[in-house]
Amino acid sequence: MVYNYIFIGLLLLVATAFAAGPLVLVALLAPKRKSKNKNEFYECGVITVGESWVRFRMQYYLYAILFVLFDIETVFLYPWAVSYGGLGFFALVEMVIFIVMLLIGLAYAWARGALRWQ
Amino acid sequence: MAHFDLLTKNDFTPILAQRMFYEQVDTVLWIRWGLYLFAGFFAVFPLIVAYIVLAERKIAARFQDRIGPNRVGPFGLLQPFADFIKLIIKESIVPKGANSFVHILAPILTLISAFLVLAVIPFGIGLAPVDLPSGLLYMVSVSSIAALSIFLAGWSSRNKYSLLGAMRGVAQLVSYEIPQVMSILPVILWSGSLSLVSIVQTQQYDQGWFLFSPPGILGFLLLLISSIAEVNRAPFDLPEAESEIIAGFHTEYSGMRFGLFFLGEYLNVFAICCLSTTLFLGGGSLPLQGYFADEADHMLVAPFDASKQSVLKLNAHHEFPENPSTGFRINITNIVGETQAFQVSHRVGNDLVLMANRPVEFKADAYSRVSAAARPSYAAPWHLSNLIMIPVFLGKVFFLVFVIFWIRATLPRVRVDRLMSFAWKTMVPLAIANIFVATIWFEMVIRPVGGFSARLLAWLVTGLLTAGAVALVFRINRNSYQANDPERRPTLISRSGDSLLAATTRGL
Repeated sequence: MVYNYIFIGLLLLVATAFAAGPLVLVALLAPKRKSKNKNEFYECGVITVGESWVRFRMQYYLYAILFVLFDIETVFLYPWAVSYGGLGFFALVEMVIFIVMLLIGLAYAWARGALRWQ
Repeated sequence: MAHFDLLTKNDFTPILAQRMFYEQVDTVLWIRWGLYLFAGFFAVFPLIVAYIVLAERKIAARFQDRIGPNRVGPFGLLQPFADFIKLIIKESIVPKGANSFVHILAPILTLISAFLVLAVIPFGIGLAPVDLPSGLLYMVSVSSIAALSIFLAGWSSRNKYSLLGAMRGVAQLVSYEIPQVMSILPVILWSGSLSLVSIVQTQQYDQGWFLFSPPGILGFLLLLISSIAEVNRAPFDLPEAESEIIAGFHTEYSGMRFGLFFLGEYLNVFAICCLSTTLFLGGGSLPLQGYFADEADHMLVAPFDASKQSVLKLNAHHEFPENPSTGFRINITNIVGETQAFQVSHRVGNDLVLMANRPVEFKADAYSRVSAAARPSYAAPWHLSNLIMIPVFLGKVFFLVFVIFWIRATLPRVRVDRLMSFAWKTMVPLAIANIFVATIWFEMVIRPVGGFSARLLAWLVTGLLTAGAVALVFRINRNSYQANDPERRPTLISRSGDSLLAATTRGL
């Protein structure tokens, strides 16, 4: 079934062309008039104070870490779910142990307030 | 009963496999792919999406007691084209100091991710552009490109509002991706496959819609809610909340670049509705078709043999490395290139006997380890059944699209702290609980191939468990749903640490 990925590759090209096509049309048809005020950042008419590329808050990293944790869990869960029909009860027990370990992690993050948006 | 002996290992030489690879990538396949790419992805899907946009404007207008666009063409039907021309001839402004390459790349990525998701959706029999054996995994991974495009857009604009929108967007998308991918797990468990074609066939010929079970209902709701959050639709449209951060991550986008974001968003809405339909609403199958599979075979897919049941004999010793036994599921690839899963009914020595209550046009391997073989005579008028399946599929999809518009017209935007806690404290625990309830459903109904009474009992048991899980999770969270000050809310996990759970973990 490797040849299916040839289609995916072609689709990637077609999708890029589909998205880039209108942009090419814009480059040909649309006006290009630069002006100092027009190219300012949009901030309701007020001039931006300080640097725009500000730092992220710590909160976002906590969510990112949790996301990685649970996403990897899902990576393990998918093949488990596919082959569960052939594996039976023992596979279920193993998965319960695995998920409970992660749930302890979630409960810990919850209890420490990592999930609280501040 | 008809008996079919499949190829043994001696027939299946590498040379044969190689020839079959080239046979399958033949002229017909290239024509099919060309049709999908240039008719489907270049014309039909964009057209559908253009009219979904118009439909939303019309429907939203109805909800707000307005008329909606009705000037361009009859009933405003040419409005999408007028919008397109307007967007084409507008100037695309890149703010000074912005990263212009990334600025252009972001909307393109949005569209690419939506297109790639649509590549594995089976719109009818033999009408999935490609049937990947790991289709669902592929789908999950390409749909998460959307988070990247939102962040690139917000960051490259060099605008504080854009960056705020991007941060919110990434946090939201990342949080709701977990319940989204977990809510799909019951489907994988029940169909024993990651291929979307196989999932639809399991529902169509074998088990009925996955929606018709308590864990199925919960899974469907979780999938729908988290999908709405994934595509930034109301009430989860915080990354572009206009009352707080102008237009969020696309504040600095104008003209066609904004148009691409817009198109990408609606294409994503269409894609998630296709996905929910495929996974839980049985794709193009009729509601109760799966329960009457034998009759349905005659109705929708003409069998190539008069018998309703086919028995396949496979040589277990030769073809399967891990010695499969009863209950083991084997994927069979048919003439159209679709893979369907079959359950092993029993073993006779080294022969596996597979039960199938539908025509089988063969042959296969366990979990696609060996590539497919055998080009059987093909006699079923599956084209005709597509005349029913495609409208049924699109009907379900457009109903879900309407539900999403309806939700947008009804619910106000949620607050950012509630948005995040809803994902982590309500959706994730429910999705995890749902996996176990789905396992119980599997053991009660699917593995023993239960009849009506088994289903009824399983409905009772899993229904109670699902209701219990929902009640428990909502009880734990009950305070966070109330409209009081988040700082003074007494919760299980209060910040001052007065709860049992907090007290236990404080020392850690």
